[in-house]
Amino acid sequence: MTTLKHNEQELLYLKEEINQMWKLVISQVTKAKQALLNNDVDLAMEIIKFEKRVDGLELKIDSNCEHYIALYSPVAIDLRFVLSIMKISITLERIADYAAGVAHYVTDKDCHDFTSKMKETLEIERMFDLLLNMLTDSLLAFNSENAKNAGKILSKDKEVNKIFEKGIDKLLEQLKKESNDIKCGLNMIMTIRKMERIGDHCSNIVEEIVFFVEAKVLKHKGKNK
Amino acid sequence: MIKVKDINFYYGDFQALKNISIKIKPNTVTAFIGPSGCGKSTFLRLFNRMNDLIPDTRLEGECLIDGKNIYSNSVDVDKLRKNVGMVFQKPNPFPKSIFENVAYGLRVNGTKDKKKIAQRVEESLVSAALWDEVKDKLNKSAFELSGGQQQRLCIARALAVNPSVLLMDEPASALDPISTSKIEELIHQLKENYTIVIVTHNMQQAARVSDKTGFFMLGELIEYSETKKMFLNPEKETTQNYITGRFG
Repeated sequence: MTTLKHNEQELLYLKEEINQMWKLVISQVTKAKQALLNNDVDLAMEIIKFEKRVDGLELKIDSNCEHYIALYSPVAIDLRFVLSIMKISITLERIADYAAGVAHYVTDKDCHDFTSKMKETLEIERMFDLLLNMLTDSLLAFNSENAKNAGKILSKDKEVNKIFEKGIDKLLEQLKKESNDIKCGLNMIMTIRKMERIGDHCSNIVEEIVFFVEAKVLKHKGKNK
Repeated sequence: MIKVKDINFYYGDFQALKNISIKIKPNTVTAFIGPSGCGKSTFLRLFNRMNDLIPDTRLEGECLIDGKNIYSNSVDVDKLRKNVGMVFQKPNPFPKSIFENVAYGLRVNGTKDKKKIAQRVEESLVSAALWDEVKDKLNKSAFELSGGQQQRLCIARALAVNPSVLLMDEPASALDPISTSKIEELIHQLKENYTIVIVTHNMQQAARVSDKTGFFMLGELIEYSETKKMFLNPEKETTQNYITGRFG
């Protein structure tokens, strides 16, 4: 059996910590899906409560990465690994913020009927499923240090964007028809906007994985086309 | 420009360098890293023919500095060493005054004009970032200086004879962090006027001071690339294993 060097052991701890945070965020997004689809206020409250735990993990990972850089002066793949963990943890924390944002919408019981009426038209479930796929696939890619599925994961964000854009059109149509829905409609616009942003953040995570594994920078490529 | 073509070097039967070819651009800092015994210091010493002093050694290939093969029979080795200065791991000032240490090379090379010598000593000490610390005690023994100051004095001594290349063999390994930082800062400044080649065991130092880095192992130049690339994304797995401490 090969014994891990101290340096490798520290990297392993960082990997375990980011895994813990990633899984917690996946759980938060999964609960956000259930809470929104089922108008489940209790579950929404649970998401809001657990958000602090995600924040705590982000701070811990950030601090551990700083210590690792200060003490071990990493280079090459170790440096890319630590840099990617720092950025991924910030991104995961933002995703968790958006999940909490969705939960806040659910806590407004006045909008439950509106949600029930619109959830299929807006393809809420499909959108969440795509986001959860992106999160779990990117975690797998990170753990296996394999970026070959990056393109597939990124294409899901495009699908999320399409659903979001269609959803906005449908919501505006609905609001034109029914002025009583204005408050819930506007809140729903913000809610699906948060889901769309989760997709963007998942893409950022994939970009970090490609940087870590292949030392390639995908960021901002093709945005000006 | 330094060009090395198909260099093989032997200590008796032992081949210390294997088929090495590289180019070093003027006014750059090039660092060589690698485990002990990998050949990096042997390679460095090729540039001013210091290996000639070791018995039973043999060289194949060419080493060109500014287009001239420094191993051709017509080369005056003393002139070569004037043009290619060297600084060693341990500061090695002569048992003379600070002034005389720097003036030594000039006197050996025949300069007699006292004014010219004094001017060059000052210029060299300024270039070696030591002038302000020693200007009031130039006649004191060089041994009264700290280790870091002695090393900068040795750099000033090398600079006094106007070399174009400066070789440094672990120039800061015997120094404390403050002196090390002064030497590194000095390397940055000297790059404007000199081509610097440095051998170091300290990889962070190589990363901090050099433009290009070469990684040696078992006499082979495994990888030679831009320092930024080498330390972020090396081409070879062996390089990565070495610089991340997984080697061996």
